[in-house]
Amino acid sequence: MAESTPKIKIMKGAAADLSAATYQIFDESHTIGNALRWMLMKNPKVEFCGYSVPHPSENLIQLRIQMYDEMSSLTALLEALSNLDSLCETVEDEYRSSLGSGAYERWVEKS
Amino acid sequence: MPLPTASASITGFDPRRHVGVHAERVSHVSSTDYPGHYPDEDNSWDLDKFKQKLKLKVQRLSNRSIEFDFVGVDASIANAFRRILIAEVPTVTVERVYVWDNTSVVVDEILAQRIGLIPLNVDPSFMDIKENPTDQATDRNTLVFRLRVACTRNKNAPKGSTDPKELYVNSDVLSSHLEWVPQGEQMTVMAGNPPAPTNPNIVLAKLRPGQEIDMELHAIKGVGKDHAKFCPVATASYRLLPDIILNPNKPVPPHLAEKFQKCFSPGVIRVDPHTKDVSVDKEKARNESMSREVYRHPEFEGCVQLARVRDHFLFKIESEGFYPPERLLPEAISVMRGKIANIRRAAEALLEDNDGPRDVEMADG
Repeated sequence: MAESTPKIKIMKGAAADLSAATYQIFDESHTIGNALRWMLMKNPKVEFCGYSVPHPSENLIQLRIQMYDEMSSLTALLEALSNLDSLCETVEDEYRSSLGSGAYERWVEKS
Repeated sequence: MPLPTASASITGFDPRRHVGVHAERVSHVSSTDYPGHYPDEDNSWDLDKFKQKLKLKVQRLSNRSIEFDFVGVDASIANAFRRILIAEVPTVTVERVYVWDNTSVVVDEILAQRIGLIPLNVDPSFMDIKENPTDQATDRNTLVFRLRVACTRNKNAPKGSTDPKELYVNSDVLSSHLEWVPQGEQMTVMAGNPPAPTNPNIVLAKLRPGQEIDMELHAIKGVGKDHAKFCPVATASYRLLPDIILNPNKPVPPHLAEKFQKCFSPGVIRVDPHTKDVSVDKEKARNESMSREVYRHPEFEGCVQLARVRDHFLFKIESEGFYPPERLLPEAISVMRGKIANIRRAAEALLEDNDGPRDVEMADG
């Protein structure tokens, strides 16, 4: 990967106040695309959010965000990212406490 | 004869919670818990509510696999973890093979490919990723193994034996023949757990007297999306919890109770020995294969609705290679958080650019 390609680009045609914009996120796939789309759709200020992988041999996703009341989609994106991060943290804590409780069946698998 | 299965109206079936499973289709597939979908309902992201709803319970754990229930998340999140487990959790495996001598019947490139697939017991956190194939190999990003095997006749073979293992020495080239050659500071860092294949009995090639193999193998850290040999799991998959909803308004006729029971996986349906009343064993319902056999019998029409619980994921992860199964999900989560942090940094940089007086700089199409 050449260092010159930025991680995110705002595509041509975005509103000047970024209330509607399409972001190209490089080096990402459905993994982040769908999770981020879901978290953005959980935001009541988001009018529309969708993502696509335009072509399988281009290693990027396009994320479209449209906001109500001329709000900034970039702020919404940042908010969604931090929400997603706290979600991950919660899941990890829950997993560790379940694993620590030891309340599960243990068995031996021959390989 | 196609049976009408318009039983989505059956009491107990909740289109918000259930994915309907019908004879020849599924219904209510998409989640609807978004703000604005239902009038007068919030449904926006709320961490406290999420913490209350989230349940993650390990069900079974072995030395090779883990099964756990992941409840209260959207499919997009569960799928993200599954995808990361398969494609983005790093492992260490052989990437470059330098062949000095190979007179075996297995050609160089086939043998090199087989060697690449051997899982190694190396903790990837000890190593750096070699970003570019042209980057200098260092003791931080490359492990070196030597494979030197020559086959000879066994002088002490029993008379009349036809078993190659008795007749020859080193008739099989095994993964245990890989010999770690420590580089630089690796000797001190990795001495506690010297790098080796996790399984010493993988047959790589077969030799006969006079044939030999002499190779140098370079192992690097990589991810499954580059090559499947880097994949840390054998499988990482989930399914949704099956739910069998009996219609209270149309009970199963007592004389057909046993036939009804046989339409499902063993143990899922209980039949009262006296009253022949049919009920679902909630604990065993997870074992239901969802064969939909019950829909083939007209006499059971309307008695039952098969469904899956939309936010109840039954994960099964089988580890292959270095990671103990219980470490895989935390690894996937940390990869996910790394990706989020990466995008966040880029987005914050964009925000700073935009806060300045100049106009938005836009990328071409």
